[in-house]
Amino acid sequence: MNVAVFWTLAVLAVVSGVMVFRFDSMARATFSLLASLLCVGGLVVLLGLDYLGIVIVLMMTIEMAIMAVFMVMYMMNPAGLMPMTMMHNKKGAAVVCGLVFLLLAAGILFAPWPARRGKAPADPTMDLGMSLMGPQMLTMMTLGMALFATIVATVVLATRRGRYDRLGDDLRARRADDPVRGGVGR
Amino acid sequence: MSLELFLLLAGALFCVGLFGALTQQSIVMLMMGLELMLGGVILGAGAVWHYVAPAAADGQVLIVLAVTAMALEMAVGFAVVTALFRSREVDMTDMAAELKE
Amino acid sequence: MAERTPLWAVFVLPALLVAVALVMAGLDAVLAAGARNGRPGSLREAAVRATGPGREVLRQLVQQPRRTRASDVPLARIGAGLLPVAAVLAAVVLPLGFRSVSDLPEGIVWFNAMEALAWAAVWLAGWGPNSALSLIGGYRFLAQGLAYELPHMLAITTAALGAESLRVGEVVDAQAGLWFAVWMPAAFGIYLLSAMAMAFWGPFDQPVGHDVAGGAASELSGADRVLFLGGRWLLLVVAAAFSVPLFLGGGHGPLLPGWLWTVLKTAAVLAFLVWARRRVPTLRMDRYLELTWVVLTPLAIVQALVVAVVVLNR
Repeated sequence: MNVAVFWTLAVLAVVSGVMVFRFDSMARATFSLLASLLCVGGLVVLLGLDYLGIVIVLMMTIEMAIMAVFMVMYMMNPAGLMPMTMMHNKKGAAVVCGLVFLLLAAGILFAPWPARRGKAPADPTMDLGMSLMGPQMLTMMTLGMALFATIVATVVLATRRGRYDRLGDDLRARRADDPVRGGVGR
Repeated sequence: MSLELFLLLAGALFCVGLFGALTQQSIVMLMMGLELMLGGVILGAGAVWHYVAPAAADGQVLIVLAVTAMALEMAVGFAVVTALFRSREVDMTDMAAELKE
Repeated sequence: MAERTPLWAVFVLPALLVAVALVMAGLDAVLAAGARNGRPGSLREAAVRATGPGREVLRQLVQQPRRTRASDVPLARIGAGLLPVAAVLAAVVLPLGFRSVSDLPEGIVWFNAMEALAWAAVWLAGWGPNSALSLIGGYRFLAQGLAYELPHMLAITTAALGAESLRVGEVVDAQAGLWFAVWMPAAFGIYLLSAMAMAFWGPFDQPVGHDVAGGAASELSGADRVLFLGGRWLLLVVAAAFSVPLFLGGGHGPLLPGWLWTVLKTAAVLAFLVWARRRVPTLRMDRYLELTWVVLTPLAIVQALVVAVVVLNR
């Protein structure tokens, strides 16, 4: 049973991964990537990491739905109604990727992998939580800081308007001058 | 199923993503390649956790890290594309490279 | 702790959800007619109206479907079909009484993940037909999703925090004494809001609003339309039903058996949501977004903090 699930998900993941770069339509490419990443989530569940697998499914669904918006926004030919190719350096990339894969495969097949040490905990989710809130606290805090920095950086990069545009040159305007008025009446 | 099979699959996903990241002209498509590469990393980390060291949570922490990296990469990527497009009407890597000249 | 559920439950679950959705759609049709005519009308009229949604489904199924030019049929099909599938998958962790089809250890995260599939589904259904109005509907739902998801996640996390478990069965067990709705009122209110937003219902019906001629559903016809709008009803039923194990004590209650309490509480929440639809005007999403991010998210965080402090001192 598990073996059949593995092969189905594995083939689906790779095929839809390849299709991402073959579809003309941006919507299809995005959702093909979503299919591939959902298969990765399924495989992670298969490995016994239920929580992380479901979180991957959750995050990737939301991420790809947002991505679709940007794809349609910034591509010349989002619906793929006129076939066109937007690739460069195809041959070189194919050679590089083939070589990298051969190298990885050789490493995977010939490396002396250590035998399995220890047993999986009864509740891997609990284990992860304890680890993140204990020995790996520094990792967690770094991630938190990175996320916060990203929020600030993306807003700075993406917005054109600053506080002087909103509140006037002396920042004294009673009501912010926004193109769209917000819901709490500021 | 074995460690090698899972890692080979992870490697295949990584290389498909790499091919996409190297060949695509559009910045948004390039990021899709990066996502696929990180998907391979996630799978590899999960496989190593399951088959080599299930008692330690480090493999799981690595997955959390990769998932966060995916989200960050997406957010910053789109912000950069938005900024580039707003200032120069550019949305392709080749055109961004020409800006230097 | 829930005992093992027999396999036939897998087939009963969708049928049960569809039945509840049909009853609720009938009730909504009766209320709509009452609001239009200004008077309730006779019992006979009401009965005819209540079967209206069922007849509409049959009509759509035999009607000739129409197509738009250069539409992306596979994507639209996937979108329309994904909505009911997501609703049923989310319902897998719903306990009827104290039994669910599968009481997953991460049930709450599972529910959230399946409900997020609706984002993709509505956008795809809006994109597929190659029509501007339906695409606007799809975009509106993404904006709505960004607005409701943050406080929604915090609200359901608060319930999990109160029970110290992500398993829905244990969340129900933790409410044997006091319902979570009583000591987490903010989380409960936010959950009800996002349950409506998730099914683009009531004040959140902009994605299929009249101003864009039906939005994401405007170009769907035939079986696709039945699946999409039916999936929306299923999503509403599932979202309302999930508030019962999370905040309203699940099957706990005096005298009556557990399953009956679950049904009664679900019916009460659903009836409230159907009633609220006619009492509240449609909200614009840019307005609601600021409200959720500036007011509701901090509120949900404070609520989670209070619950965490209580749980730590227990």
